[in-house]
Amino acid sequence: MQNRRSFIKAAVLSASIAAIGGLSASAYAADTIKVGILHSLSGTMAISETALKETALMTIEEINAKGGVLGKKLEPVVVDPASDWPKFAEKARQLLSQDKVAVTFGCWTSVSRKSVLPVYKELNGLLFYPVQYEGEELEKNVFYTGAAPNQQAIPAVEYLMSKEGGSAKRFVLLGTDYVYPRTTNKILRAFLHSKGVKDEDIMEEYTPFGHSDYQTIIAKIKKFAGEGKKTAVISTINGDSNVPFYKELGNAGLKAKDVPVVAFSVGEEELRGVDAKPLVGHLAAWNYFMSVKNPENDKFIKMYRDWAKKAKLPKADSVVTNDPMEATYVGIHMWAQAVEKAKSTDTDKVIAAMAGQTFKAPSGFTLKMDETNHHLHKPVFIGEIKADGQFNTVWKTKGPIRAQPWSPFIPGNESKQKL
Amino acid sequence: MKRILSLLWLAAALWAGSAGAALDPAILKGLASDDFEAKQAAVAGLAAAGDDADAQRLLKALSEDAVAVAGERLLIVAGELVLDAASGAAIKPAPANPESISLNNSLRQQVDGALAALRLFSSDTAERLAAARLLLADMGDGAVLLPLLDKALAHEQDATIKDILVRLHAQASLGSSDAAVRLKAVQELGESASPAVKAMLLGLLDKQGDAFVEPDEKVRLAAQTAIKAIDGRLAWSDTAGQIFTGLSLGSILLLAALGLAITYGVMGVINMAHGELLMVGAYSAYAMQALFRAKFPEFVDYYVLAAVPVAFFVAAAVGMLMERTVIRHLYGRPLETLLATWGLSLVLIQAARLLFGAQNVEVANPAWMSGGVQLAENLSLPWNRLIIVAFSGFVLLLVWLMMNKTRLGMFVRAVTQNRPMAGCVGVPTARIDTLAFGIGSGIAGLGGVALSQIANVGPDMGQGYIVDSFMVVVLGGVGQLAGAVWAALGLGIVTKFLEGWAGAVIAKILVLVFIIIFIQKRPQGLFALKGRFVD
Repeated sequence: MQNRRSFIKAAVLSASIAAIGGLSASAYAADTIKVGILHSLSGTMAISETALKETALMTIEEINAKGGVLGKKLEPVVVDPASDWPKFAEKARQLLSQDKVAVTFGCWTSVSRKSVLPVYKELNGLLFYPVQYEGEELEKNVFYTGAAPNQQAIPAVEYLMSKEGGSAKRFVLLGTDYVYPRTTNKILRAFLHSKGVKDEDIMEEYTPFGHSDYQTIIAKIKKFAGEGKKTAVISTINGDSNVPFYKELGNAGLKAKDVPVVAFSVGEEELRGVDAKPLVGHLAAWNYFMSVKNPENDKFIKMYRDWAKKAKLPKADSVVTNDPMEATYVGIHMWAQAVEKAKSTDTDKVIAAMAGQTFKAPSGFTLKMDETNHHLHKPVFIGEIKADGQFNTVWKTKGPIRAQPWSPFIPGNESKQKL
Repeated sequence: MKRILSLLWLAAALWAGSAGAALDPAILKGLASDDFEAKQAAVAGLAAAGDDADAQRLLKALSEDAVAVAGERLLIVAGELVLDAASGAAIKPAPANPESISLNNSLRQQVDGALAALRLFSSDTAERLAAARLLLADMGDGAVLLPLLDKALAHEQDATIKDILVRLHAQASLGSSDAAVRLKAVQELGESASPAVKAMLLGLLDKQGDAFVEPDEKVRLAAQTAIKAIDGRLAWSDTAGQIFTGLSLGSILLLAALGLAITYGVMGVINMAHGELLMVGAYSAYAMQALFRAKFPEFVDYYVLAAVPVAFFVAAAVGMLMERTVIRHLYGRPLETLLATWGLSLVLIQAARLLFGAQNVEVANPAWMSGGVQLAENLSLPWNRLIIVAFSGFVLLLVWLMMNKTRLGMFVRAVTQNRPMAGCVGVPTARIDTLAFGIGSGIAGLGGVALSQIANVGPDMGQGYIVDSFMVVVLGGVGQLAGAVWAALGLGIVTKFLEGWAGAVIAKILVLVFIIIFIQKRPQGLFALKGRFVD
């Protein structure tokens, strides 16, 4: 029995090794290079992720129009994991072992990334993750083109505490109940402690995914803000819950002048579904805003508008661009550059070639993929919401800053600061 | 603080020196600068020069985000017209590519405060009152406005405005260097019922290092008394607010569950597609909004009213179709019904995806449902929720009238109690089943319209409500409309109090645990049908 089982194991193992070998072999042999796109096109995260799929398709078309990569056209393979985390792993496995994609661009929530990680490690795939996240992770098979906490969350809180940002002394940490908000808030709490903010001046609240009744929470925030000292809300609410949250905020008359809300997962795309007039002055921190003025960005916006019209997206005349879309765009281009440099789509060779890649991004800066830590060097922008749902940049860094995936504010990370 | 004041005086002096002339170029330069502190000083300068027409115009333009800079020149952009900010003269041709100057929150607060303070001297009483109220809600840095408030208080005749001004004056003079003035201010503020004032007073009791922010003990004691008095006034409106949010959640649960109370409660059909009937109602509202936007843009604010009957009939039609094609073949076989309706729910979700796309669609609140009514300074009730509470009352009344006052309602009750006997006396039982199912579905559609106003509208929105709806019906007691009402309101209020105490995630768990225990102890629900024919 024991023997038979180990025989089966060995057979399966060798078969899968053969399959992986076959993957790179077939990628060479075929006329196209397959590229996986793994974003939720339905469910609670569709509000944010659908635009990333469109951006990826647009960028692939752009690269193909210029002759593709290694002389081959890219062929997108789109799957819909439907905001269902186990399904992300299932679809990732399908992309890697069935469609044999050379690279995958995908995921938004950290819980979806965590659920596909084992698949990418096991099958030695390559994932580009385009969204700001909580850090505390560094995988060989993943490139992170979104921000680490020190490229978004920390500067935003520093701004709120500055005189310019209103000298906030009390903080409400409000998020959706999963790994990204919980970890970010852990880092922020430690950061606030280091700035002398006491626990009684910090309120932490979580809601489930898809939560739509924010009455109690807004009432609680009002009460908390009424207990003295300037209060600010730091929101890590993700997905379509943001629409009822901001609607309630507007209806309850909580003005940005009194209690500013700074959000880390709300961009131009999410605000399309809301009347932005009552929200004027609330903030968001990103590494890109659609309102940033530079030729690269003008080109990027025009390209996406043309794409929306061509692809007949709903409300194509009012489409917007946002930070994760920019990160997707940058990621695909950098991958293409790395493949050209490595002259191969082999995962390990591409990973080696990624180090130090640069790209002139729509944010107006030349971004660099760090030589060691798989994260981009990114500029930080803080913007206030305008009545038309765009952001008005009120603060920005002078240039791109290096990511610290392992936050120095979490104990035990001291030895990892060189990464 | 001192720096701003001195800048203010400097700016005022500059203005006095050049009275009648255009604005001080230093202010204009400051506004165009990228440096926050320079901008802040410039805005303070403008506020101090507030009597000047040029300054007022520029302040107004700033608050409307209509100021731009082209090269060295500051402009006010009013549609096609471009004015020079310093002199107010029109510029032709307009400079190319002006870059607009926008303010961040703290600067905007300063600008709005200055504008409101200037309006305190208007000859129109209503405008003065509005300005005073605005300042009360949001004064910003009080000390800057103190001289203006002094002047306004001396001039003011109207009693209401004077009351507000006295309070504003007290707020502004909390920072005075004279302990007696501060004591008087604190005592006056004790009359207020505003959380903002409470926050201000709490600030006095803070410690900086070892010393209190407020050095005088008498003032601190007065502040403590005042805070207690304010707390007392705030407490009732806090509770009222919590009860209202509970009521609002309850009314939504009721709208979601009322249709189910008929189809499941009265007819005994376990309809897993009930949530999708809500979704059909919500999409009807979306479709009506799109129709109104395209065809009758002037009446777009009233699309909700049109959506109410449309949603009812669309959902009722879908429900009746379901009943005729699938459910009626399965009466008396609850397990098969459950599976079949669950399948139907998947069909409906997919149909919505095909028709409207997989993404959520945007259903906007009409203008008359946005904003809220301010009952107390810490209690404002949003219109959309108030209207939904009233709407659920209206639907409940309709259902009650239908069940108790119409022939159809009588037939439905007769069929529920004893199907063969009802058939014997000539009630067309099959047709009654279809109609009753249609009405239950139509009411779900009405619930969907209400949900579209507060929650996201998407193909799988119904899934989130099916559990809640069954919870309400089972808790209330199967077969009872009154039970559903009490269960919905009770669950709403309990959930909201738990949420306030333990957070949304824990509250949801606690409510489920409570229901499980309750159903074990009392399987028939809150209200049980009494009668011979209940099985």
